[in-house]
Amino acid sequence: MGMTMVEKILARATGQAAVKAGDVVEPKVDLAMSHENAALVLNQFLEIYKGTGLEAKVWDPSKIAIIFDHRVPAESSKTATNQKKVREFVAAQGITKFHDIRGDEGGICHQILPENGYVRPGYVVVGTDSHTTSHGALGAFAFGIGATEMASVWALGSVLNVEVPGTIKVVAKGKFPAYVLPKDLILYLIGKISAEGANFKVIEYHGEAIEKMDTSGRLTICNMSVEAGATSGIVPPDAETRRYLKEVAGVRETVAVFGPDPDAVYDQEIEIDVSKLEPQIACPHTVDNVKPIGEVAGKPIQQIVIGSCTNGRLDDIEVAAKMLKGKKVARSVRMLVFPASGRIFREAMAKGYITTLMEAGALVANSGCGPCLGVHQGALGDGETALSTTNRNFKGRMGNPNSEVYLCSPAVAAASALTGVITDPRGDR
Amino acid sequence: MTNVVLKLGDDISTDIIYPGRFMATVLPTETPQYAFADHTEFNARLKKGEIPAGSVIVAGKNFGCGSSREQAASCLKGPDLVVVAKHFARIFLQNSINLGLRTVICPEIEAEEGDELEITADKVINKTKGKSFDIVPLPKARQAIIDAGGLIPYTRQRVLEGKK
Ligand code: SF4
Repeated sequence: MGMTMVEKILARATGQAAVKAGDVVEPKVDLAMSHENAALVLNQFLEIYKGTGLEAKVWDPSKIAIIFDHRVPAESSKTATNQKKVREFVAAQGITKFHDIRGDEGGICHQILPENGYVRPGYVVVGTDSHTTSHGALGAFAFGIGATEMASVWALGSVLNVEVPGTIKVVAKGKFPAYVLPKDLILYLIGKISAEGANFKVIEYHGEAIEKMDTSGRLTICNMSVEAGATSGIVPPDAETRRYLKEVAGVRETVAVFGPDPDAVYDQEIEIDVSKLEPQIACPHTVDNVKPIGEVAGKPIQQIVIGSCTNGRLDDIEVAAKMLKGKKVARSVRMLVFPASGRIFREAMAKGYITTLMEAGALVANSGCGPCLGVHQGALGDGETALSTTNRNFKGRMGNPNSEVYLCSPAVAAASALTGVITDPRGDR
Repeated sequence: MTNVVLKLGDDISTDIIYPGRFMATVLPTETPQYAFADHTEFNARLKKGEIPAGSVIVAGKNFGCGSSREQAASCLKGPDLVVVAKHFARIFLQNSINLGLRTVICPEIEAEEGDELEITADKVINKTKGKSFDIVPLPKARQAIIDAGGLIPYTRQRVLEGKK
């Protein structure tokens, strides 16, 4: 019986010839990522060693990545103190993949990992963040875990009791029409299968639309796979993966690529023709409340956000800059742009996108999670509505339970910035 | 015997259980004060100590969807609540098992606030309604963590064995 992507990766990570969905395994971890919540991981890690008489030492400091992004620069003394504790721990343990609050190498964890070449095809990646699913874009099995689980990984170098997930195969065929983007594909899929449609499963992406998609688009799709409940999303690595790792991430060695076996067994197969897709909007307050744009166009909004690990990359900023060039953001709306990393910020500056966006009236803020999780910058007022390229619209997500968040692609966000209402980037139809 | 103190619907996200704006607070000893912070009435009762240990929250499908934040589990573990849901989102369920928060998967559960429940090894009995509902057992591998008293003692054991 053939193996799916995740079965192949877990077979390798457990030193077995084969594993199948439902098996319980203890895979070795290739990369363990945390952000500010490393402060909690640290607390739990020290707990593990309490009373053992052993020195608390991480299993492999070169395989741990810690990135400050959720609340940067710190919004409170509490956060700042936690960040300080983590910095001290990083130094004491010799953790090398540490990205502090900096303009040269800082940014959102799910952008920092790929752009630095920390993730490779076939890796097992765990992160104390649900959107760790993103890294499936590079052909890794990457999934979110809690802080205590991570403490256990820091101690043992493996994840205990992983049940090999079943896989849903999604085949995206056809070519994207103008102004329809990978974000629209993933929103459509979540709307179709629901917020729990892939719970405990992996979504494996295939088809012409995925093969032609660049790594940035694949990151968007794998990132949001968790919004359908998926343990992870994964794209079989290919020539594009190699290109990205070489040209963008600066990885010198040639990476091995592989796909699932032709006779792999899937729980379900879903086919989507992207050539028929329209821009999609996820309406409040669940990510699976997805409607084609025609049903919500005209809705007034007060805040537009372009950013996050979902859509804060250079191509996302480029889409917005091109649409806003020489124009003005409507006075009734504030537009906030958060480049996903310092590197993306600098590239966007070099290309003139930042100037264009600011001249149009957008506010460009430092790289980081920003308003995506509503603890820091860009909270909403009572009764306000936001339109955002981020990934969650849960009640209260942008810092106020008495507000609403709609999710969309960067093209929809930019078109709507010009009008102050939800607007179809394809023009009047 | 115990009572239902809160009845919720489907897709209760971690932003509802533990809003993101309190994420700077991480220690399990400090998180319970923000449990269901935007559910002001319930949160106030919890803080005043009006909710007895062992009380039950009943929810629908996909409880705990969203973020991996462990605060969402530790804030309910602190006051020793029990969550009975039709089913749970993956990371939340694993966090609960790791921390020893009691979670019960009960796909057919019917219960209202105030109902009296008895939870046995394989059933949730709703005494008020006079009905009982089957529990879906956790996989054996997960049960081992619960039996060890949570993931920290479980891993501690492993670390000690590794040094032998
Ligand atoms: S940008 Fe938003 S979704 Fe992404 S890691 Fe930050 S808080 Fe999470």
